[in-house]
Amino acid sequence: MIGRFRPGPRFFTEDYSLSTYCECILSPMSTRHILLGLLAGGPSHGYDLKRRHDERFPQARPLAYGQVYTTLQRLVRDGLAEVEGTGSEGGPERTLYRSTEAGGRELTRWTGEITPPAPFVTNEIFAKVVVTILAAGDPAGHLQLQRAAHMARMRELTAVKTAPGADLTTVLSADYALTHLDADLRWMTTTAARLTTLTAEVTAA
Amino acid sequence: MSTDDNGTPLLAARGLVKAHGKTQALRGAALELRAGEILAVTGASGSGKSTLLHCLAGIVRPDQGSVVYGQERLDQLPERRLSELRRTEFGVVFQFGQLIPELTALDNVALPLMLSGAGRREAQGKAGEWLERFGVRGQKDLRPGEMSGGQAQRVSLARALVTGPKVVFADEPTGALDSLAGEQVMTALVHTAREAGTAVLLITHDAQVAAYADREVWLRDGAVVSEHAQQEMAR
Repeated sequence: MIGRFRPGPRFFTEDYSLSTYCECILSPMSTRHILLGLLAGGPSHGYDLKRRHDERFPQARPLAYGQVYTTLQRLVRDGLAEVEGTGSEGGPERTLYRSTEAGGRELTRWTGEITPPAPFVTNEIFAKVVVTILAAGDPAGHLQLQRAAHMARMRELTAVKTAPGADLTTVLSADYALTHLDADLRWMTTTAARLTTLTAEVTAA
Repeated sequence: MSTDDNGTPLLAARGLVKAHGKTQALRGAALELRAGEILAVTGASGSGKSTLLHCLAGIVRPDQGSVVYGQERLDQLPERRLSELRRTEFGVVFQFGQLIPELTALDNVALPLMLSGAGRREAQGKAGEWLERFGVRGQKDLRPGEMSGGQAQRVSLARALVTGPKVVFADEPTGALDSLAGEQVMTALVHTAREAGTAVLLITHDAQVAAYADREVWLRDGAVVSEHAQQEMAR
């Protein structure tokens, strides 16, 4: 039974979908553009920007203070942000930053830029199917096991997104992972149906 | 995984063979459904999924093999007893709902209770409660043609569950819905079935729908082919 499957610790990590979301969506995003986006609402200091970033993207790796201040200095250097002044609000004195007109234009350019679809996806499953054929193994059995592993993960993600109180960020990030796993499954189904031809091609080459 | 009190599966099929004319729909299919379990049966079009459901629900008789529900062989029961089981212990949901178009949502859900002897007022009261559970009480006076696909399907779920069945058979319950409506229907079905302890046999070609289930069996050419993979995964 699949329910007794004992995969590695990462497999059943409850925040799988969230970490996937971070890796696939948030990581490629530019910290400078995120900070510019946070500054779009008005001047802010580094500590507040870090807090708001971590609140807005709860599944992302929290920004390090050093990264925030380094990025702010680069934004100032490039004319996309400038120092508004200093303020303490009862605490330690902090430097306030605000976006410049050039920063606003850069943000508009970035948000309007269409992310190019990946032209090619590295497919480890396909490689293993081919190598299994080369080694005179059982590619159909391999695909069945892979399918079972994908389904186990999809059940886990579905449980995460349908749990009572799941917020929309959690639902959408789980949906992102589910949709990609589903695409893998469709590919596996098609490949399983074409194994005879594939085996002939691979072994003849 | 829960089972009946005596530890046996609630529903068990062995060696099912069924042909429609010259087309062999089932070729030795076998599976077990445990009490309260949600089991997805997946496979490509023409793999025999719907025929399997019809055999398991006692809607058609297999040419060979057995279907055991509790202590009874469904494949050998007289039609009268099968009809009684379908009315009292089984609920069925189809892809297009198959609600009675002339009746309101409330009367569609009340009908199975009235066929089992309940008075109209009592039946409508209970039907209203089930429409509430599926979030469509506001549509109680609408006829199927006046509802969205998702609303109609939730009415179908209420109709399937209103009699307190032990098993709900759902044949592509989201097949005619967009993804968001399908998600709402599946969430409602799974949550309600778990609350009520009802087993669900879910037929689907959609892996994202199958992921709502506790377990999956995969049909190909009329036989279950995923047993091996599941056993391997259990090691």
